[in-house]
Amino acid sequence: MAGVSARVTLNEAGRLAVLQEMRADKRVWVLGEDVARGGLWGQYRDFHDEFGAERIVSTPISESTIMGAGLGAALVGTRPIIEMRIFDFVMCAMDELVNQIAKVRYMFGGQATPAVVVRMPHGMWRNSAAQHSQMLEAWFAHLPGVTIATPSTAEDQAGLLVTAIRSDDPVLFFDPKDLWGVEGDVPAVIEPIPFGKARVMREGSDLTIVTWSALTPQVGEAMETLAKDGIKADVLDLRTIWPWDIDAVAASVKKTGRLLVAHEAVEVGGFGGEVVATIVDRLGPQNIKAAKRIGAPRVPVPFSPPLENEIRVTPEKIVAAAKAAMV
Amino acid sequence: MTTDNATPGGAGHNAARLKELFRTMVRIRAFEETAMAAHQNGEMPGPLHVSIGQEGVAAGVCANLRDDDRLTSNHRGHGHALAKGAQPDAMFGELFGRESGYCKGKGGSMHIADFSVGMLGANGVVGGGIPIAVGAAQGLKMLGSNAVAVCMFGDGAANRGPFLEGLNWAALYKLPVLFVCEDNGVAAFTATASVTAGPGVSARAESLGVPATGVDGNDVAAVDAAVGRIVAGIRAGSGPHLLHAKTFRWTGHTSTDAAAWRDPAEVEAGKARCPIARLRATLFEAGVSGAECDAMVTEAAAEMQASRTTANAAAWPAGAVAYDDVQDTGAMKWQA
Repeated sequence: MAGVSARVTLNEAGRLAVLQEMRADKRVWVLGEDVARGGLWGQYRDFHDEFGAERIVSTPISESTIMGAGLGAALVGTRPIIEMRIFDFVMCAMDELVNQIAKVRYMFGGQATPAVVVRMPHGMWRNSAAQHSQMLEAWFAHLPGVTIATPSTAEDQAGLLVTAIRSDDPVLFFDPKDLWGVEGDVPAVIEPIPFGKARVMREGSDLTIVTWSALTPQVGEAMETLAKDGIKADVLDLRTIWPWDIDAVAASVKKTGRLLVAHEAVEVGGFGGEVVATIVDRLGPQNIKAAKRIGAPRVPVPFSPPLENEIRVTPEKIVAAAKAAMV
Repeated sequence: MTTDNATPGGAGHNAARLKELFRTMVRIRAFEETAMAAHQNGEMPGPLHVSIGQEGVAAGVCANLRDDDRLTSNHRGHGHALAKGAQPDAMFGELFGRESGYCKGKGGSMHIADFSVGMLGANGVVGGGIPIAVGAAQGLKMLGSNAVAVCMFGDGAANRGPFLEGLNWAALYKLPVLFVCEDNGVAAFTATASVTAGPGVSARAESLGVPATGVDGNDVAAVDAAVGRIVAGIRAGSGPHLLHAKTFRWTGHTSTDAAAWRDPAEVEAGKARCPIARLRATLFEAGVSGAECDAMVTEAAAEMQASRTTANAAAWPAGAVAYDDVQDTGAMKWQA
């Protein structure tokens, strides 16, 4: 066993995971804005004191070069953690991410090892409006050459980060910034959690609900309400959306006959559509009574609290969608 | 390519070194001419961007680099790769999309890389190599190496954001990187001067605290001497430097562009400044005969023709190769 566990927040769990890996491997380092002072979210608190300015590199607001320099440093054998502060700023570094990081290994016939972790805190958080709230993880599932982590618990934040840092693949790590404060038990020695293995949140036989990242607590609330109303949901948190646990979802839907995918991101073109299509294809439409998805409407994230609440996928909306799937 | 006397800080211009520079330039010229002929003959799929006329920059820069020095290049990068030590067989294999290519046929002309000689790859995006070179320099410094990173880019790239970001970054962290602006005066089909404000790339670099040196890129001995000095300084910890090498592109943007849009008088004047002809004259004065130079030209042409022939006979990659080298976790599997 991995020693005594501590009750910590998701933010701290991630901090401990990076700390553990940086202590174990001198090639691991962090670059990004404000990381020397602990990062925007405190996710690198006290790192500068321990590792110094060479391994905790506070950078200019130069997203293209934060991303591209991380790649260049990986190509000579270091293992950078590229901190993007808030996901939305990745749009300033799309060439470096999409055309360079995701392509070099393939384009150069396997000569390159772009072992980077790109951390991108995403999602709605305290009314941050349209440029600080987006969830576009589906875009990157469409991008060959990367893996995508979308944790929602402190335990998974820690274990998936360890896997990400040790991976030779470029890992896009979507920190759920609305869940920084959720608590969990993290062991003294954090073990890697493999990508592509879903976490079972609840077992049931009536309906499969699949979710990930920031919507997980809302789904958790919805499944309790459904249980009170006599609907036993089988609930899975995918934890990573590439690769994703097709076998676990398919096995669950085979049992329940009904699938609902719920995500915070816009429903149109979201990853929920991919999950539904894959499962319907695998099990055959004749074996499925319902296959639905629920996500945000196709509008930018508005600022005003009542407007933001208007577009949120709430437990009530999830319950309603689940009940619609039961008909 | 590393020449025998490529010691940091010293590019003594003896005849032997000049001959090596000549050999590198004529090999690049022969590669490009052979590639153009192959492209026009239908042997090569996709676009082809050649660097005929610009050989002095690639040869003069790379003569001062070791195998462990890293180089990032651009879409017009065959000369950079050859000068850095890449092999023409694997280059032609890649141009022709064959399994024998550097990238198993998955990259093509714009993505030639040979990590074994520090060639970190050509790039299909203008300016794309700048942040990568800066990061390579940062990584090398972190690992305690005294190797340097060199970034070859064109005059068009100096109008992209990563140019500003990358130079600021390199100066800020005092990184061992040489930025080489290979200024052929044209950004694709547009005269760079017609779309560029201000006093130019060197002034931009200096405004960011990156010292800049201007050189006639068609005078390979001058490029060699300047880069020898600069790289020695960078290796010793001076921080980044920018070399602005003026040169001239003889051809259109791609090999299918006949360049009818260019001013014929300008092209003739540019060709008259041929870096190879110029060094040939210098060599003659240094006692190297025209016959000896001709022999190097003939040898280079034969070498590239042989590589062309070899590549044409090489196997096409099997379908499964399309599925290789994507990623370790979550890779799709090839199915027959």
